[in-house]
Amino acid sequence: MAETDLQRQALVDGILATHAAQPGPLLPILHGIQDALGYIPPDQVPRIAHVLNLSRAEVHGVISFYHYFRQEPPGRHVLHVCRAEACQAMQCERTEAHAKACLGVDYGDTTADGAFTLEAVYCLGNCAAGPSVMVDDKLYGRVTPERLDAVLDEWRKR
Amino acid sequence: MAQALMAALLYVSCDAAAEALGVDETVVALQAAAKARGVQIQLKRVGSRGMVWLEPLVEVEDAAGHRIAYGPVTADHVPELVAAGLFDAKPHALRLGRVEDIPYFAKQERLTFARVGVIEPCSIDEYVAHGGYEGLKRALTLSGAAVVQEVTDSGLRGRGGAAFPTGIKWKTVHDQPAGPKYVVCNADEGDSGTFSDRMLMEGDPLTLVEGMTIAAIAVGATQGYIYVRCEYPHSIRALREAIVNARAHDYLGSNICGSGKAFELEVRVGAGAYICGEETSLLESLEGKRAEVRYRPPLPAIQGLFGKPTVINNVISLASVPIILAKGAAYYRDFGMGRSRGTLPIQLAGNLKHGGLVEKAFGVTLRELLYEFGGGSASGRPIRAVQVGGPLGAYLPESQFDTPLDYEAFTAIGALVGHGGIVAFDDTVDMARMARYAMEFCAIESCGKCTPCRIGSTRGVEVIDRILQGVERKANLAQLENLCETMQHGSLCGLGGMASNPVMSAVKHFPGDFSRDR
Repeated sequence: MAETDLQRQALVDGILATHAAQPGPLLPILHGIQDALGYIPPDQVPRIAHVLNLSRAEVHGVISFYHYFRQEPPGRHVLHVCRAEACQAMQCERTEAHAKACLGVDYGDTTADGAFTLEAVYCLGNCAAGPSVMVDDKLYGRVTPERLDAVLDEWRKR
Repeated sequence: MAQALMAALLYVSCDAAAEALGVDETVVALQAAAKARGVQIQLKRVGSRGMVWLEPLVEVEDAAGHRIAYGPVTADHVPELVAAGLFDAKPHALRLGRVEDIPYFAKQERLTFARVGVIEPCSIDEYVAHGGYEGLKRALTLSGAAVVQEVTDSGLRGRGGAAFPTGIKWKTVHDQPAGPKYVVCNADEGDSGTFSDRMLMEGDPLTLVEGMTIAAIAVGATQGYIYVRCEYPHSIRALREAIVNARAHDYLGSNICGSGKAFELEVRVGAGAYICGEETSLLESLEGKRAEVRYRPPLPAIQGLFGKPTVINNVISLASVPIILAKGAAYYRDFGMGRSRGTLPIQLAGNLKHGGLVEKAFGVTLRELLYEFGGGSASGRPIRAVQVGGPLGAYLPESQFDTPLDYEAFTAIGALVGHGGIVAFDDTVDMARMARYAMEFCAIESCGKCTPCRIGSTRGVEVIDRILQGVERKANLAQLENLCETMQHGSLCGLGGMASNPVMSAVKHFPGDFSRDR
């Protein structure tokens, strides 16, 4: 991750330069920034707006519309817990409650040690082997509370 | 070459569902076991055969060239399996025989999914060796109008859920004056209980690329976009690799197969908004805006992406086009029943023993799918309700399990086939809570443009909460029905318009869950 404001600025400028000329560039730019920094710093919004000839309100409106984009830094890992019907049919409420209890946070929050940000997700496409969770890009199926403990232990070390 | 010197050939899935069940650990264990024994193995990563309960599935080629399956093979099974002669396809309790002979697989009609699980997903050579690009080659010999006619004649209807005839959409775009036109693939597969788009994109992405190329040639488009949800990182990687390979072999680019025709394709990534499955909001999102639903008319086929004529289809619709062109409209149309022609990749999900993907001709009944394929509930308890067609689909009780999978038969009972996802619940399900969840989901995912959906869904949660608490049940049930009717008729798109399906079907078929004290 970029260490100083200047480096961060240069990184955002690079992403803007890569995508600004393509049609409909805003989502690829926001993804680029979030992939690089883990979130979209609100202080970069004026810069994005200026380059794309949009108002700040328009850029902010897009960032806040989509559940995936975040405006605060996440923990080292993001744990997505699926809440959708197919996982509910396999008692995902237990996994959900266990995640909240053992991490001590609610959806959208980051643990005190900065290891995990907990997020709800509505379908990970693993509906034949629920309940499902995803840690960063890694998918897990049949996640009972016991298996969730093992998964979290594994990722806490990384 | 002597048998002993030949490397054993293994096929193991790289599908996200297999990964979720530990396939990567299995691969590491297989490689370690082979090394320890001094045996050469060649391990190919392929898509999933769709028998998710058997994942991680390991296939070994036997001396006769058949692929012999073993499953589920977790990493801790590997040492004893290898000791028992796995690399020579020898007997073991986990040995399932030839994949094609496993009843779950043998009873399917795999047209769109013919190559998934068979070939290395992004390899042009393997794709072509298994019939890939025959459809495109034939399309290049026909006029655009003739390609559109072929798709129309096949009877293919939109597999995303709306079931609109694909050929008619294409004809509208084809008939627009020449100029910039687009082909957009809706790969925002957000319905719970569905994963066929994901499996196809991971297991045979070139089929989608080919289908989009045929669409582009048919309607005169030169640029395409695949809009994939961000929850599908495996699909995004596979598609990008497939596109690079297709371009390197002139199946994409400025001179497709030497025809002088051009088509470029780009993957765009969504950002966690269910509403983007609605085609006009997806187009807004592609343009870089808040994904608010557009008013119609104009139709996307006339004024779509960036205001230009646009073909927008679901992954499975587009991926079914290559076989239609390769084998002819009649071949595809001969599968199915009534006005539902061809096959549907059905996804068996939720509380089922044998969850997975079943591609069948239309007409198979829910009961066959739930019990003959699905093997009944995973918990061993009776199946009480199934939701078909995603979060906006109706809940069906056991008395409706003999309904054949057919768009019209489902409409007749107030349900929808949708994208073909079937989620089973056992008898521990509380249907009033499921109805509440349907409203809650609608409130979370509403784009906010129209009032019935934006406000109605929040009021819906509140009304169901009062019913759950036993407050003026009768009056609140009447209120709920009234609210659902308003949302159904007053919403701008299917999200608000169809949220009443799960809610009112739960009230209708499971009234006891709404009247008991808790």
